[in-house]
Amino acid sequence: MALRQCAIYGKGGIGKSTTTQNLVAGLAEIGKKVMIVGCDPKADSTRLILHAKAQETIMHLAAEAGSVEDLELEDVLRFGYADIKCVESGGPEPGVGCAGRGVITAINFLEEEGAYDEDLDFVFYDVLGDVVCGGFAMPIRENKAQEIYIVVSGEMMAMYAANNISKGIVKYASSGGVRLAGLICNSRNTDREDELIENLAEKLGTQMIHFVPRDNVVQRAEIRRMTVIEYDPSSKQADEYRALAQKIVDNQKFVVPTPVSMDELEDLLMEFGILEEEDESIVGKTATEEEVCAA
Amino acid sequence: MAMTREETQALIQEVLEVYPEKAKKDRAKHLAVNDPSVEQSKKCITSNRKSQPGVMTIRGCAYAGSKGVVWGPVKDMVHISHGPVGCGQYSRAGRRNYYTGMTGVNTFGTMNFTSDFQEKDIVFGGDKKLDKMLDEIEQLFPLAKGVTVQSECPIGLIGDDIESVSKKKTKDLDKPVIPVRCEGFRGVSQSLGHHIANDAIRDHVVHNRDNDNSFEVGPYDVAIIGDYNIGGDAWSSRILLEEMGLRVVAQWSGDGTLSEMELTPKVKLNLIHCYRSMNYISRHMEERYGVPWMEYNLFGPTKIAESLRKIAEFFDETIQANAEQVIAKYQAEYDAVIAKYRPRLEGKKVMLYVGGLRPRHIVGAYEDLGMEVVGTGYEFAHNDDYDRTMKEMADSTLLYDDVTGYEFEEFTKRVKPDLVGSGIKEKYIFQKMGVPFRQMHSWDYSGPYHGYDGFAIFARDMDMTINNPCWNSMQAPWLKPAAGEGEAPMAASA
Repeated sequence: MALRQCAIYGKGGIGKSTTTQNLVAGLAEIGKKVMIVGCDPKADSTRLILHAKAQETIMHLAAEAGSVEDLELEDVLRFGYADIKCVESGGPEPGVGCAGRGVITAINFLEEEGAYDEDLDFVFYDVLGDVVCGGFAMPIRENKAQEIYIVVSGEMMAMYAANNISKGIVKYASSGGVRLAGLICNSRNTDREDELIENLAEKLGTQMIHFVPRDNVVQRAEIRRMTVIEYDPSSKQADEYRALAQKIVDNQKFVVPTPVSMDELEDLLMEFGILEEEDESIVGKTATEEEVCAA
Repeated sequence: MAMTREETQALIQEVLEVYPEKAKKDRAKHLAVNDPSVEQSKKCITSNRKSQPGVMTIRGCAYAGSKGVVWGPVKDMVHISHGPVGCGQYSRAGRRNYYTGMTGVNTFGTMNFTSDFQEKDIVFGGDKKLDKMLDEIEQLFPLAKGVTVQSECPIGLIGDDIESVSKKKTKDLDKPVIPVRCEGFRGVSQSLGHHIANDAIRDHVVHNRDNDNSFEVGPYDVAIIGDYNIGGDAWSSRILLEEMGLRVVAQWSGDGTLSEMELTPKVKLNLIHCYRSMNYISRHMEERYGVPWMEYNLFGPTKIAESLRKIAEFFDETIQANAEQVIAKYQAEYDAVIAKYRPRLEGKKVMLYVGGLRPRHIVGAYEDLGMEVVGTGYEFAHNDDYDRTMKEMADSTLLYDDVTGYEFEEFTKRVKPDLVGSGIKEKYIFQKMGVPFRQMHSWDYSGPYHGYDGFAIFARDMDMTINNPCWNSMQAPWLKPAAGEGEAPMAASA
């Protein structure tokens, strides 16, 4: 099987890292060889696989060694649960330096050092929530991730983010082979969430590849720095992640997304009662002014 | 034969013809036929605008304007090129700002100090490295009077806080550490870099001795502003002012020092040679300290005499009498220079394309030698520069702002000047075209050209360039007409 490279995007805090590690554990369980590349200065994309707080990152090791040229692949690569390969790009503390450049440097390093060896079936890039600059688009540029999964929930901002990310994909899709491969709904238990995300997926021209229900076992596993599949393999939630993993293996639906306008998105949110009809008459009115009007 | 207004206009039109419509429209605004009677240049020429992509502009960047021009020559300070190594290393010591002192001990002009950014500095930020570097500079070069941090592009992109590091280290080291936000991508040319550098001097230097009266001021104190002492220019200027009885308190910034800059607000008059790069700080000193400023021009005996008299006018009769004496003292010298070179240069046409002041200031010096400047232009002028230029140039001559490589070559082919004066990037193009060329940024490794001493060197250099026998050897021997068909005359005007 040829190497498939996938990038996971989505609003900050939506559960990208948790979802990625659990589904990767599911892939490993069925014998797939997988590597996770964390593309977030927080470096929390591999902790559940490695049972570690935060893996030493490429950029920190490079800074210590002098430059990235002074590093060897084995310095940065760790093996975790089910022999999953783990690397973290790393980057600066918030407020200094350029995290985007860190992602670019780290991914170039991995390529040059031959981290993407032929035995691998999958590479997953777990990318910082907000694609704030070109660096965070690095995983979806030419010859890197071809499939993008967006983690989303039925919350308004998560859906806004999904639509925005789709816009970014369109830009890169026109110049390369990157495609939207589906939305992963990480449930927040909002009303009619599955229906809503299916609707959004349809508008974006893609699919809701799986609906991952909310389950406290995920948190219990996380406290132990483990995936659900490792912590409690017989749990229902473990099966959900296995199902997601299998769907990704079988996935054939790769599309250039059709992001919607803000108005269309708001219409959808109103239809599902998440957003209320805007009352233009109150825009820019202070509380005092409203009182006067009411009187 | 000088071109008529119509001919010059037609030439501009013809050269513009190759451009696509949009570029043509833009470039047309930057090319003009001179009319000395026009008061405001904005009526006929546009300047200080973004260059068109793809035209091979000759401009520099804001870092070049600050580190290369304004700050770099301040000799007793260390100027850090903060960022990757190239900006500092490839501009190191290239501008020939002469100075006295022991390089590496109490002066640092020709050295390159750089934080040599690596990937990790971009990713993690360079503030800690800068902090450490400042300690190292203090340890290795304790006689440095201060440090400036000249920002290269990445500093602005990654949001490093060089201001807070500089503030902290100013305190730690008990000497000024001055942050300068001259990232190269700011502005359309080096001009914004001059302004940014001037503002940094305003904010960190000129007020330092406001409440300190230990300096004994004199009635004839002046400062030379905007003379970068290229090939020793400021020195050959300074002696004339001193012979007039003036006391030169400061040189900005060629062979200049931090303390000279700090003392400048105490002078009676600021004398500005390069208006473009230092008018900002001169205006500031006028507003805040009431120090008037005056532009002057020390290229060629006519302009020198004019300027010395104008400067003397500001002072008393003693100085005025001195000025006359100085002019008289050098008369025999410059008359001899003219007598020697004018016959060899009479009627020769020159096209200039340089930077801050030279496209207009040198015109008089050429005229003293019987030469004619038929075209001129600036890399980074604003319209107040062209206001001043149009009066210096003859009617119907060519003006070109931010000239493109193509335009400059085409104008030269058509106008056929006997000499082109521009920069190092242009030099070899024109020489290969068989056109005598002088590098008028660094004086082609010669100089000084300012003052009476400089005029003698200027005249010699122009003669040896224009009348060099090599220009008769531009054709390969086997391509020359066979014997009997007439031979090219040797050294045309020698």
